[in-house]
Amino acid sequence: MEKGYETMKTITAQQITDLVAHLCADANRRLPEDIERAMRAATESEPWPLARDTLCDLCTNLGAARERDLPICQDTGLACVFAELGQDVHVEGGFLDAVNEGVRRGYEDGYLRKSVVADPLRRVNTEDNTPAAVTIELVPGDQLKLTVIPKGFGSENMSRLAMLKPADGVEGVKRFVLDAVRAAGANPCPPIVVGVGIGGTFDKVAALAKHALLRPIDQPHPDPYYAALEAELLEEINRLGIGPQGFGGRTTALGLCIETMPTHVAGLPVAVNISCHVTRRASGIL
Amino acid sequence: MEYRLQTPITKEQLSPLRAGDRVLLSGTVYTARDAAHKRMAELLDEGRPLPFPLPGSVIYYVGPTPEPPGCVIGSAGPTTSGRMDAYSPRLLDLGQSVMIGKGDRSPAVIDAIRRNAAVYLAALGGAGALMSACVQSVRIVCWEDLGCEAVRELQVRDMPLTVAIDSLGNDVYKSGPAAYLKSL
Repeated sequence: MEKGYETMKTITAQQITDLVAHLCADANRRLPEDIERAMRAATESEPWPLARDTLCDLCTNLGAARERDLPICQDTGLACVFAELGQDVHVEGGFLDAVNEGVRRGYEDGYLRKSVVADPLRRVNTEDNTPAAVTIELVPGDQLKLTVIPKGFGSENMSRLAMLKPADGVEGVKRFVLDAVRAAGANPCPPIVVGVGIGGTFDKVAALAKHALLRPIDQPHPDPYYAALEAELLEEINRLGIGPQGFGGRTTALGLCIETMPTHVAGLPVAVNISCHVTRRASGIL
Repeated sequence: MEYRLQTPITKEQLSPLRAGDRVLLSGTVYTARDAAHKRMAELLDEGRPLPFPLPGSVIYYVGPTPEPPGCVIGSAGPTTSGRMDAYSPRLLDLGQSVMIGKGDRSPAVIDAIRRNAAVYLAALGGAGALMSACVQSVRIVCWEDLGCEAVRELQVRDMPLTVAIDSLGNDVYKSGPAAYLKSL
């Protein structure tokens, strides 16, 4: 039976606002389990003494943030909000307004830093960290899943995109990813997490790279070809020697995830979205 | 080596420090990042005085989170120093002694560090809660309209730092990774 408007599930703007506000405050205080686990494992396995001490300090910071109820990092980011909107959901009220109100409340009540300027050139702070960077994906079902990634810009600034030639192939992609990480050096607060997008178009490939940061880093790509490429690139990155904070050492990256999509016969777009050791994400379902 | 530094800083205190050494810094630190540096450059262009005395000063590139009740400051780790590269040589030539931030610096900044026997110290990037615990008091000096980017005077105690570039121009961002790779 086809669902009519009256049988759709209703989610109110207020519910969306409340959830986004909670996710903003929560994401900034507690790392996702996979990232914290990777930090602790790296501290154990790091062979270089200065690097091990540095990782130890970064783990101590995670505890300090919890104990003192402070954000893990002072760059509490631009709020990237991902919505997986079930097509059987009716949103009562303005969706984008509800999300932005959640960001406004989450950042104000959560004592988070307001890091957004209203215009890229005239640069006046909006004072409430809005607007969020919102991505909406329409999915089957009657649920709304919201994920907040507060994205710091020390790492965002080191991200790169290239339109490679098909002849460059997988070797060209590997070279581009490694060059991006090498050029980023100490700036993105290593150990980093790397999101790689391959395929699509100029705009879609950047979205793929950001989307790759949504996946837990201990979850390999479902396609064994790309899972192997992820493992190989991570190993290559951890041979660069940059190390935690760029002071030298093995642990340059904690994880690397690849997302792909079909592309044109004439192109091979690739994008690298770099994230820091404070790679934050928090999700909730309505 | 581990050193203790207490402000006011003298050149003699800085000269033994070598890239990779650990430092515990106590005393007065001024905060300034992108927008405050731009305004300081504008004041200098106009021949007007800066909001704090530059000779011997320590500038920390930080924009803290708002302080929750009961805290003097919120999370307060360093921002990427490279964005201040355009301004730093001029400030060093006018007497600034210490820069605190994270990430590497341009050749022009390294030249100015050497020329002025200054140092660049790295704080732990992304460790805002840890750095916050070293701050004992905060006073806004000027440009409150800049919010987290306003110039603040911090009194800090035992702030844990690493010498990133010493007064001879040695750079831990080059020597650290090179030493690790050589050890393999």
